[in-house]
Amino acid sequence: MTVFCLVELDGGEADGGAAEAADVSLRAITFARGLAAGGVAAVVFVGGAPAGGSSSADGAEPGVGAGLVADLAAYGVADVYAVSGIDGYAPLAWARVLQSLIRESGHGVVAAGTERGNEVLAHLGAITGRPMAANCTQAVDNGGDGYAIVRQRWAGLLLEEAVLEGPTALLTVATDAVAAVPDEVGTTATVHQVVPSVDGSDLVVRAVETPAGAGGASLATARVVVGGGRGVGSADGFGPLEELAALLGGVVGVSRVVTSEGWRPHTMQVGQTGTKITPDLYLACGISGAIQHFAGCSGAKSIIAINTDATAPMMTRADYAVIGDLHAVIPALTEALRQRRGASD
Amino acid sequence: MEILVGVKRVPTVGGAITLTADRRAIDTKASGFTISPHEECAVEEAVRLVERCGGSVTVVTLGPAIAEEQLRSCLALGASGAVLIETEPGVEAGPIATAAALHAVAAGGRFDLVLLGNEASDTGDYQVGIRLAHLLGWPAATGIKALAVDDATGSVSASRTYRGVLETFALELPCVVTVKEGINLPRYPSLPGRLRAKRAAITRVPGPAAAADGDVRMTSLRVPDAPRKQATVLGQGAAAVPALVDVLVELGVVS
Repeated sequence: MTVFCLVELDGGEADGGAAEAADVSLRAITFARGLAAGGVAAVVFVGGAPAGGSSSADGAEPGVGAGLVADLAAYGVADVYAVSGIDGYAPLAWARVLQSLIRESGHGVVAAGTERGNEVLAHLGAITGRPMAANCTQAVDNGGDGYAIVRQRWAGLLLEEAVLEGPTALLTVATDAVAAVPDEVGTTATVHQVVPSVDGSDLVVRAVETPAGAGGASLATARVVVGGGRGVGSADGFGPLEELAALLGGVVGVSRVVTSEGWRPHTMQVGQTGTKITPDLYLACGISGAIQHFAGCSGAKSIIAINTDATAPMMTRADYAVIGDLHAVIPALTEALRQRRGASD
Repeated sequence: MEILVGVKRVPTVGGAITLTADRRAIDTKASGFTISPHEECAVEEAVRLVERCGGSVTVVTLGPAIAEEQLRSCLALGASGAVLIETEPGVEAGPIATAAALHAVAAGGRFDLVLLGNEASDTGDYQVGIRLAHLLGWPAATGIKALAVDDATGSVSASRTYRGVLETFALELPCVVTVKEGINLPRYPSLPGRLRAKRAAITRVPGPAAAADGDVRMTSLRVPDAPRKQATVLGQGAAAVPALVDVLVELGVVS
């Protein structure tokens, strides 16, 4: 069977030419490879304009850039379906396109466990009458009549082993549980242009996109996150953390107490009901480490904790710990990094 | 405006999750129960809408008889009706069965809007709202963190953030909206609210006897292995900074 993988793009849906596959989608493709004896096909929604020029699949590749196709091929994708003619993100219309692809050739659909991935696959589950399993960490084909899966509950604090019956797997992949690994056997991918006929009723719910913040890296994709919790003490206490984050090219994230105190907005919250982060480094300052917070930060490659309480869960579960007051450690660290940078200039 | 809000009784998870001997449920002998933070916000959002536009809020849950506690908590916050779709102890309805059970209640009333949490904090299925919307034939928006309803025209504007971009969806009532924590700051129940909740009548209807055929079938649960070993202590206070810088270099975060 072929597994169709919904590929989300960095750099905007409307401009497929410049966009790159989102890291979470490369993770989903890596996951799909383990499931797809018949290969992985990527499905890319390239935006409103129908593919220009000739409709034949040979020659130019309108909508998807050669760089994107090569990147997908490096991850083992043999076929790229470039879907045009749908203006912007319309979850139900996207699900209909995926439905037509699996109807024509059987098979399953995998997406990253993002807002869009979970939403599109839930629609696909509803319109096909099939079960959908969200935030999977493993899946094994039981030989045509179902799948043995492992999926996250409690945002990953608990794992569920489950059976998904039937030949069609609709799965999303936990964004923090599977690494993106290129395929050992390099391949080349064939691009197929898809211009679906879309029923207007499937476009009723459609996203209008506007930039959310003033530039700045997104918490979900930042390579460095400087976390602040109750120990920061006040809204004003975040200044040194923001300074350090800027110096490290990262962003500030916060624990739930910080948002319920109103020190920082909920958009900055890391955890089960906030954002799941997957940085190279999470520097957790004055965060005790409630279990719901770990659900959001356990995808970090490394965790350094700074806390006055050496027995706090964040301190014992981190890779590195500094016992002390963040109000002394953070400014000293920032100063040391500045001096180091100055010396190397 | 008539609003239906779906909530779910879930254990209050504290320091660590422990499982029952058969590994099919969380051991709740020592835990309290609550509803998901997303759902607390759904109730609050519904109560605010009704305070502004008139109408009423009905809460519904699918769960054991004792889930009445969670319904009464919601009544104390300003809901005026409550429906308990009662399941047998130990029956865990999957997302398909849950959507079908909620549909029976939603279709039986004259609701303009159904609000749910984006996902239940325990099973995290991420689909009940959308399946319910398809059963009702209504549009759906999910993961919403800002909601505006014009009750005169019936138009709804619902927004969320997605990878640093604000996505806004325009819908018409009736519709299903699932919300996330952060859309509002839920109030605490008032004393009159608590007293009213104590006396309020709860409508009870029988729930599905077993998990629906074709739903994802759980075989067992397990707590993931603790991924990290004992932390390496780099030192105390600002004196640890040189060691901290060395680690940052080692991790490739600073050059």
